Amino acid sequence: MQDYNNGVFRKQKYALDANCYPHDCLELIRTPNEMYYIPLKVALFYLLNPFTILSCVAKSTCGLNNAVISLFILCTMKGSALLSAIFLALATYQSIYPLTLFPPALLFLLQRLNIPVNLCWPSFWLFTMQYAVMFLGSLCTIVCLSFFLLSSWDFIPSVYGFILSVPDLTPNIGLFWYFFAEMFEQFRLFFICVFQVNIFFYTIPLSIKLKEHPVFLIFMQIAIISIFKSYPTVGDIALYMAFLPVWSHLYRFLRNIFLVSCVLLACSTLFPVLWHLWIYAGSANSNFYYAITLLFNVGQILLVSDYFYAYLRREHHLMHGLYLKRKDGSEASLVLK
Amino acid sequence: MAAYKHSAVLLLCCFALVSDRTLASKPDQNRAEPEPGPESHARKSDAISPREDDSNREPEPEPAGSVQEDPGSRWQATEALDPAEEAAGTRRRAPNDQFQEELVIRPLSSGDIYSSFQFRTRWDTDFFKPGRKVANYRLFPKSLGQVITKFSVRELHVSFTQGFWRTMQWGPPFLSAPPGAELWVWFQDTVTDVDGAWKELTNVLSGIFCASLNFIDSTNTVQPSASFKPLGVGNVTNQKFLRYAVLPREIVCTENLTPWKKLLPCGSKTGLAVLLKSEKLFHSSFHSQAVHIRPVCQNWECKSTSWELRQTLNVVFDLHTSGQSKREWSLFKMFSRTLTEACPLASSSKIYVDVTDNSQGALFELSPSTPSLSQAVVLGDRRTYSVYDLVNPDAFGAQRSLNILLRWRTADSADALRPLLHGERYVAGYGLQTGEIHTLIYNNHPYRAFPVLLLDTVPWYLRLYIHTLSVTSRARDNKPSYIHYQPSKDRLRPHLLEMLLQLPPNSVTEVTVQFERALLKWTEYTPDPNHGFYVGHSMGVSILYSILGSWSSVAMDTNVCVSVFPCKEESTYFVRVYTEPLLVNLPTPDFSMPYNVICLTCTVVAVGYGSLYNLLTRTFQVDEPSPSLAKRLANIIRRMRGVPLL
Repeated sequence: MQDYNNGVFRKQKYALDANCYPHDCLELIRTPNEMYYIPLKVALFYLLNPFTILSCVAKSTCGLNNAVISLFILCTMKGSALLSAIFLALATYQSIYPLTLFPPALLFLLQRLNIPVNLCWPSFWLFTMQYAVMFLGSLCTIVCLSFFLLSSWDFIPSVYGFILSVPDLTPNIGLFWYFFAEMFEQFRLFFICVFQVNIFFYTIPLSIKLKEHPVFLIFMQIAIISIFKSYPTVGDIALYMAFLPVWSHLYRFLRNIFLVSCVLLACSTLFPVLWHLWIYAGSANSNFYYAITLLFNVGQILLVSDYFYAYLRREHHLMHGLYLKRKDGSEASLVLK
Repeated sequence: MAAYKHSAVLLLCCFALVSDRTLASKPDQNRAEPEPGPESHARKSDAISPREDDSNREPEPEPAGSVQEDPGSRWQATEALDPAEEAAGTRRRAPNDQFQEELVIRPLSSGDIYSSFQFRTRWDTDFFKPGRKVANYRLFPKSLGQVITKFSVRELHVSFTQGFWRTMQWGPPFLSAPPGAELWVWFQDTVTDVDGAWKELTNVLSGIFCASLNFIDSTNTVQPSASFKPLGVGNVTNQKFLRYAVLPREIVCTENLTPWKKLLPCGSKTGLAVLLKSEKLFHSSFHSQAVHIRPVCQNWECKSTSWELRQTLNVVFDLHTSGQSKREWSLFKMFSRTLTEACPLASSSKIYVDVTDNSQGALFELSPSTPSLSQAVVLGDRRTYSVYDLVNPDAFGAQRSLNILLRWRTADSADALRPLLHGERYVAGYGLQTGEIHTLIYNNHPYRAFPVLLLDTVPWYLRLYIHTLSVTSRARDNKPSYIHYQPSKDRLRPHLLEMLLQLPPNSVTEVTVQFERALLKWTEYTPDPNHGFYVGHSMGVSILYSILGSWSSVAMDTNVCVSVFPCKEESTYFVRVYTEPLLVNLPTPDFSMPYNVICLTCTVVAVGYGSLYNLLTRTFQVDEPSPSLAKRLANIIRRMRGVPLL
């Protein structure tokens, strides 16, 4: 009986939602039937991703980081503010960058509790304070536990100082290592600050633009962290790529997907080749590997911005209709202005 | 007015002149070395050669009588007298420093010849007596005395070596030294900031020896916990006052030999130091010069200490490059000089030629022959030496010049004594990412096992995986009884690994550890980065049993002994074995590309920034194509006319 009621309720909700939108873009709205297999696809995308397998073979602790972030997303979706704060604190404790996931989680929980995101409303501030206190409290607890375990504060410069100041220049798939290996000494501090601010810097504008779409905001933040963090690994890439099936409905609006997938595939295969040529064969130098690093990161950036473009475009169509006409009635093209 | 000014100036000039004269008339009493005692003593001896070095020595001072003028200021500058002598009223004191020089020539079984010089200065003084500054230096070099005083040094050992001592071919050396520069210092317990003192000391020594010891910093300095014990007298051995650093890349040349020679009392003018000519010395297989300063006991009761400065120079001349492949060696062939006289300031000046294998002149002929022979147990082996005493003027013969000649009669050579302890080290692996350091230690004693303390210093840019450390002897695991490991910190300090290993008899022990190579910042590479980076040697320290069997002697404090040979025959002897330094290649970035890299990476970041900025700040709009120029002009005119637009 309850199942029947739930089903009827869902259908009514769907019909109500459908009425909000212009009639020609009904095909853009997703039905629950379509979305039935998305969790399975996400799991497959993560578990069968060659990058995940590579990070497991390397016995990297990236899997643990990914697990904590996934638990955090799960708890946020389920609406449990305390658990989500605890897992976010754990993720931040491991590496500082998940701190940027605080606003999307907050926005999602506010949306779930039907509190409008308006700076004048006291309930907004009340919930924000609550969530912030829970997060900061758990973070402080974990840090203090580490202090008692170690009996000194030495771990803070060793862990967080290391992540922020990038002393180790071992080649990886990111942009930092060669940049700081070739940096002029007097500009080193400046560029470290620039690169670190670059990660935290997109949080506010993205949150403002995507305040009604916190789930996509989480995806964007995770992607930005994976690309621009100081020591990225392929395990981090696997995490945000696992989300792509969730946005499979955006496929029709993606502009560069073929190019991007070719670039990513080619770079992934060229990485070990050029590494071997540089380190073992000695017939290439570090520039070869560096070039592939650059290309790989450009590919990732294009992928992320392409999905962002597609998302915003779909939103626009949902507002204004799918088939747009110009003033003279001919078919219009949509540009960013 | 002008007249007043001029007269004032004139008055000032006169005053200046007068004061200058009065000051100049007093001899430089505080600076001057001339003491009544040693000067008059030296005048009584036959030949005086004033010490020509950079310390402030006045050429011939006023006669002994005049020093009685100003006793007050005099006694401030000089040392306090022994109360007994003071009471005796004698102003003349026996000199409390002495200088001995020795040269040991040992032919090696491979046809090479090994010459070891030792110049030993002993001074019964206390640098650290409170309230009194030592200012009168006679035989002891002032620069080193000032170093000891300023940095509160208890012991100082610095060596500069070119070449590697081939233990298997040449046997054990008298005093081993690793290739490059090695410095270790024990500071006094009164030093509060040992690291600051160490830093200043290395810079000062680098100036004294014209070597680049200023490259010693925290990235190559370690504080070993067990490998070093003070070689001089002393009761407290707190390892925090010890610092050890090695520069394997350091090259030794004439620039380092010249200041080293200047520290000798006679310089290179007389005595054995006359033989030290750089064009021959550096044309050798092995050249090592060292300075060792330590406090020693004055006599057997050891109630007071005196300071000993030992300057040693070991050189091995190669049979083929220096010897023209002829087995005939002489002082002139080795050093292109002969000896004419001993150093007048030396109390003993001797040459020892190792004739152990040459009983009755069977192997080689030694001329000029000498009747005096001496025997000593050196490094566990009894050797016989022919002694030439240079203080005795008869040693120089009629031509007043001594050229010792060794001519081999037969082509075969004596069997070399197999060294008991020997070490080797190499890097294994391929590629620029990982590698493995293998250290092999050979114990060649037929039936005795002995412990060896191994000291390893590895720079921080080779990241050791200590969990892969393995020690095997005879293909079985050999667990060290003591391990001290200090991990490295990037750009701050190196790895330090000390292990006490028990070496089974007649075996090879292999210590392996894997490492990973780091990529450094482009400014941290040397100008020739593809040459590689030098990794310091490994050092093994052990007390070996002499092959001759056990001796009943009590282990004497060898500090009192004067010569290069130990004075008591002991059954055990201390040995320090060095392995080769390693040369390791690190992956290099492209040094021509800093600007390009910055531009390209910033471009990629800007691509990300730009696309996100676009999407964040712009909204979608229907694209209205803008009309062409002609239409726009037409529209302007139409608007002016008030007519509907195109």
